[in-house]
Amino acid sequence: MSQAQLIQGNEACVKGALAAGCRFYGGYPITPSSEIAEQMVRLLPDLGGVFIQMEDEIASLASVIGASLAGSKAMTATSGPGFSLMQEHIGYAAMTEVPCVVVNVMRGGPSTGLPTSPSQGDVMQARWGTHGDHPAIVLAPSSVAEVFDVTVKAFNLAERFRTPVIILYDEIIGHTRESVVLPDSIEVVDRVQPTDAPADFWPMIAPDDGVPPLPAFGDGYRFHVTGLAHDERGFPTNDAQVAEALVARLHNKIDAHLDEVIEVDTYMVDDAEIAVFAYGIVGRSAREAVMRARDNGIKAGLIRPVTLWPFPYEQVAEVAAQVDTILVAEMNLGQIIGEVERAAAGKAEIKGYLRADGEPITPTALLEAITPDKEGQR
Amino acid sequence: MTDVKTYLREWAMPHVLCPGCAHGIVLRSFLNAVDQLQIDQDKLAMVAGIGCSSRLVGYVDFCTLHGTHGRAPAFATGLKLARPDLKVVVVTGDGDALAIGGNHLIHAARRNIDITVLLLNNSIYGMTGGQAAPTTPEGALASTTPAGNTEPNFDACKLLMGAGASFVARVLAANPMDMTKVMADGLDHPGFSFIEVISDCPEYFGRYNKVGGGAEMLTWMSVRDEGVAGPLAEKRFVNHIPIESVPSGMETGVLQREIRPVYAGVRKVEDHES
Ligand SMILES: Cc1ncc(C[n+]2csc(CCOP(=O)(O)OP(=O)(O)O)c2C)c(N)n1
Ligand code: SF4
Ligand SMILES: [Mg+2]
Repeated sequence: MSQAQLIQGNEACVKGALAAGCRFYGGYPITPSSEIAEQMVRLLPDLGGVFIQMEDEIASLASVIGASLAGSKAMTATSGPGFSLMQEHIGYAAMTEVPCVVVNVMRGGPSTGLPTSPSQGDVMQARWGTHGDHPAIVLAPSSVAEVFDVTVKAFNLAERFRTPVIILYDEIIGHTRESVVLPDSIEVVDRVQPTDAPADFWPMIAPDDGVPPLPAFGDGYRFHVTGLAHDERGFPTNDAQVAEALVARLHNKIDAHLDEVIEVDTYMVDDAEIAVFAYGIVGRSAREAVMRARDNGIKAGLIRPVTLWPFPYEQVAEVAAQVDTILVAEMNLGQIIGEVERAAAGKAEIKGYLRADGEPITPTALLEAITPDKEGQR
Repeated sequence: MTDVKTYLREWAMPHVLCPGCAHGIVLRSFLNAVDQLQIDQDKLAMVAGIGCSSRLVGYVDFCTLHGTHGRAPAFATGLKLARPDLKVVVVTGDGDALAIGGNHLIHAARRNIDITVLLLNNSIYGMTGGQAAPTTPEGALASTTPAGNTEPNFDACKLLMGAGASFVARVLAANPMDMTKVMADGLDHPGFSFIEVISDCPEYFGRYNKVGGGAEMLTWMSVRDEGVAGPLAEKRFVNHIPIESVPSGMETGVLQREIRPVYAGVRKVEDHES
């Protein structure tokens, strides 16, 4: 059994990444994510890995993609302004199917915003920030221990589906120290290698699960990688049918395996009249608020998605069918609430508890929002 | 000498370049250099940005990465650091490397990453239809400079020397033998090697500026040893700008060569002997 250790969320991220096999880090400093780079530079070399501080976030993710094509598991970490700059290459990695992990330790925005304050303002950008139709896997841990687990999962999903995976947590989780016991061993997934001889290899032919094998540059398979729409040989094409089939496959390879991707934590929803929908650090406040509400005899429950994208529509619909009200609490002016409304499809009343001032949403505030007034109104 | 077709993806032909475009001559000279050095085909990776010049990597039978506009040096940096056994060559255009990608280029040079950059300078944005580039000479016509370019232009080699590139050279597409020799030198150089190739774009630069087609442009660039700027002035298509203000005297050949420590990222020291 491992010892308990007192570590920050950003440290847990590094430990999870290294445990999952990350051997390349390319990044650019930005609060509140910089501790990830500062730990990586100390730990990677002894594991045979490489660290580089790039000239900006565009270059950081480019270097990560280059390293991943060279066969290394690779990641970068940033916050709002840098995440905006990374959008170009998030799309490139999605289109070229290069596994990589991008951590965004969210701070208040827009623009330079509130560099040292928490926020959940990048939830929609994480889904739609890069242009064009593309799949997105976005995970949102809510504790230091969960940052470790989610980071491992992010690398595994990136390798499994050959796609960029984004981890979103906020400044509070990034900087808070919590006592955690990290697992002794974890499951590690590696990208599938081709079985064809190099001469017969077409890089974009996918087996039934939609995920083509990916050899490393330099391993004897010579192939082309392009962000242009491409055929099964990996070569650019303007053919409408080929382009459509490609974009469809990029989506289907993930949509057909939602059970491997979607993780939702529920708490006391079975007999609940009101469910709080919250993720990340707000999920912690919401859990506490639900516990206190139960003490007060209020039938409250919690639905906390760890996977934000693909959005857990089915799981939310199930809860919506059971409860009268879903209270969506998020540290922004209303982003994921639209998806909750879409999932609930009128089966439950959807209310928002939203704040975007850089202050956390407290259990007390949520308890108040859950508790009906004398007229029974919330 | 190996048949050059060994290095080409013939199945990917015909290529996208216009008839007469010098980018193809540049590629041929490069492949001759690869052949001269007997570089293992499996261990050569070519990384490009976006542009006609960058499209060259689609036609060569190596590991090829056609990245995003201007970012090729950053992709190449990650690739080289993660796989030091690979020979990594960037192919880029003047717009790609010097406008949108200027930052990545100078930092790769400053770090002395062990890669080779071939910048195909045709003084214009070819792929997008002939807009002005940071290399378009003052006075020259482009689709976005209908009255003649009034911005000063970069001297790419001086810029790279300033950034600390350990090998800097300029060659003319009109001199394929020189190109091959200098490219072989650059590929052999330990550290960051930068080769500016004065290429052309008959389709836009040639047409807009009434220089002529492919053959005329090659003649035009080799009229004088110093490269493009002199002949450009001589051609006197520049009506609104005093001829004296057109910069001239672009030197060709190897302009800088020094041996300094190669940067391979923060890693265990014994890993990066190459
Ligand atoms: C981010 C971005 N901005 C703009 C473009 C459009 N674009 C494609 S190629 C190009 C210019 C290429 O010029 P150059 O690098 O000189 O190459 P050439 O075609 O002349 O060989 C531009 C602006 C793009 N692809 N991506
Ligand atoms: S547009 Fe210009 S640079 Fe592009 S292929 Fe044609 S001639 Fe060459
Ligand atoms: Mg150009």
